[in-house]
Amino acid sequence: MGPKRDASAFILPVARLDELFAALRSRGYACVGPTVRDAAIVYGDIEHSADLPRGWTDDHAPGSYRIKRRSDNAYFGYVVGPHAWKKYLFTPERRLWQLQRAGAKWERTDPPVEVQKYAFIGVRACEIAALQIQDRIFTGGQFVEPNYAATRREVFVVSVNCTQSASTCFCVSMDTGPEVRGGSDLTLTEILQPEHCFVVRADSERGDEVLASLDLDCARSEHSHAAAVGVDHARRQSRRLETAGLKDLLRRNSESPQWQDIASRCLSCANCTLACPTCFCSSVEDVSDLSGDHAERWQRWDSCFNPDFSYMHGGEVRRTTAARYRQWMTHKLSTWFDQFGSSGCVGCGRCISWCPVGIDITEEARKMREAEGVQS
Amino acid sequence: MGKPRLAVWKFASCDGCQLSLLDCEDELLAVAGAVEIAYFPEASSDMQPGPYDVSLVEGSITTAHDAERIREIRRQSGAVITIGACATAGGIQALRNFADVEEFTRAVYATPSFISTLDTSTPIADHIRVDFELRGCPINKHQLLETINAFINRRRPNIPAHSVCVECKRRGTVCVTVARGAACLGPVTHAGCGALCPSYDRGCFGCYGPKELANTESLAAWARDKLGVADKDIQRLHHNFNAWSEPFRSEGDRHG
Repeated sequence: MGPKRDASAFILPVARLDELFAALRSRGYACVGPTVRDAAIVYGDIEHSADLPRGWTDDHAPGSYRIKRRSDNAYFGYVVGPHAWKKYLFTPERRLWQLQRAGAKWERTDPPVEVQKYAFIGVRACEIAALQIQDRIFTGGQFVEPNYAATRREVFVVSVNCTQSASTCFCVSMDTGPEVRGGSDLTLTEILQPEHCFVVRADSERGDEVLASLDLDCARSEHSHAAAVGVDHARRQSRRLETAGLKDLLRRNSESPQWQDIASRCLSCANCTLACPTCFCSSVEDVSDLSGDHAERWQRWDSCFNPDFSYMHGGEVRRTTAARYRQWMTHKLSTWFDQFGSSGCVGCGRCISWCPVGIDITEEARKMREAEGVQS
Repeated sequence: MGKPRLAVWKFASCDGCQLSLLDCEDELLAVAGAVEIAYFPEASSDMQPGPYDVSLVEGSITTAHDAERIREIRRQSGAVITIGACATAGGIQALRNFADVEEFTRAVYATPSFISTLDTSTPIADHIRVDFELRGCPINKHQLLETINAFINRRRPNIPAHSVCVECKRRGTVCVTVARGAACLGPVTHAGCGALCPSYDRGCFGCYGPKELANTESLAAWARDKLGVADKDIQRLHHNFNAWSEPFRSEGDRHG
């Protein structure tokens, strides 16, 4: 009898990580994932394992993010950076169509639906939850966003179970992590003991096929145990968002004086919404050239914190920062349920870290709950 | 109907903004095709008399003579569009508004008595009605073309009024305040530059002036208390090209 083996989990040695990228590339996928750039771990092109943030980690606090060296060589030893995967699916800027005057008529050209086959490397459980939320938004209703749908269909998700949490993480509260449960093609857990390697599981047919091609050894029970210990470690989060009754709490508090208090700190700069992996707002802008013979329509990321976003005849609907923050937080944590059947928050903590003045949505929700307790 | 007649005027300024029009290069022929450039001394000595359909005004009002001249331009013009921080906010020269101009002239000029100037540098809109203000130090040439285009085609210019942060996020630039602790005016500054400075790892100088709902008080308090920026540096950051624009003006005053 050899050592006990886990028939569904395999071991990818660190030295063979590049074989995974090669296998994905040979199937036509462009690998994108975490890489160190501009003092952060951002998402960019990944050619080989050397592009990954090996030996780096990230410290988070409200309004603060710093990368620093780890004492080991972990490849995925960080949490989440400033970028979200949405930038590949719901692109920041896109030309929707163009018109060209041809005599007395206008000719319209629609750019072709561009499908880049992406392999997302290092997707976290909270990020899968965010992708699934955006799937419902862009493809789940009567109107399907064709570019999103076509690109998303081809995405190969290589997820990574978190084995640590940042002080801004609250996926446990939102029930979205730290362990990947579905929505993944291949799921890795990076372990440093008994040796530095990845415990790999296939979660789809595509994943099975890639995994089989790598011809890996089965994981031993000490590998699986180390992986489980890592995920348990990530479960210990200091930040919480009490979700019981949260939807109604916000609904009841539309006139709370707390919105003014938040507005005294909020910059209405839109960073939270643009860093958020589920925020999906965009605007369209029509442009013409000087001759008036050529016109284009562009779609761009927009935000409920921007003045023009709620502009209608007669002016902006939400003219104050208090009204804009109330709109964002109430939508995210309350009316999102009515619209899309879930919370709009996955507990990744980006809005907390990347707010330039450290406004903390979990803290604001807590204060709102406390204020009610004091009143009653 | 002939082509719309365009005039370009200079007041107290460095010429950088009107040069943006000449800097259009590829698009300049299209501009010349769409409008009659009737008055533009920087570009042509052929200066046609008014009236003009659209006047672009660069620079601030710093002399009694200019305060009169701008009124005449208003009378001669269909639409008046001010271009750049000098014309929309008083410019860097509005730093005189916080000090004693006579002291400056004594320090700078051999014969200060030759200098005839007002105590203040003020934006064009303090003197006449302005139809559109294009921000920036200098302005962005693409925004200038868009503005001219919009006025010619009688539509609203696509000049977004949101923060510089939106431009950083769209281009994927990592926030220099959050990731490096840099003092950056991006969250309170009007977009338009394409978030140039943060893309070179440094904070925004606020060249495009305050955005709407600019909460400078909150940002400055964070810079002082959390990032450890000295009060005098916070003042310098606000008292810059758009020093005379509220709320940059009073925010700078608070940190003297």
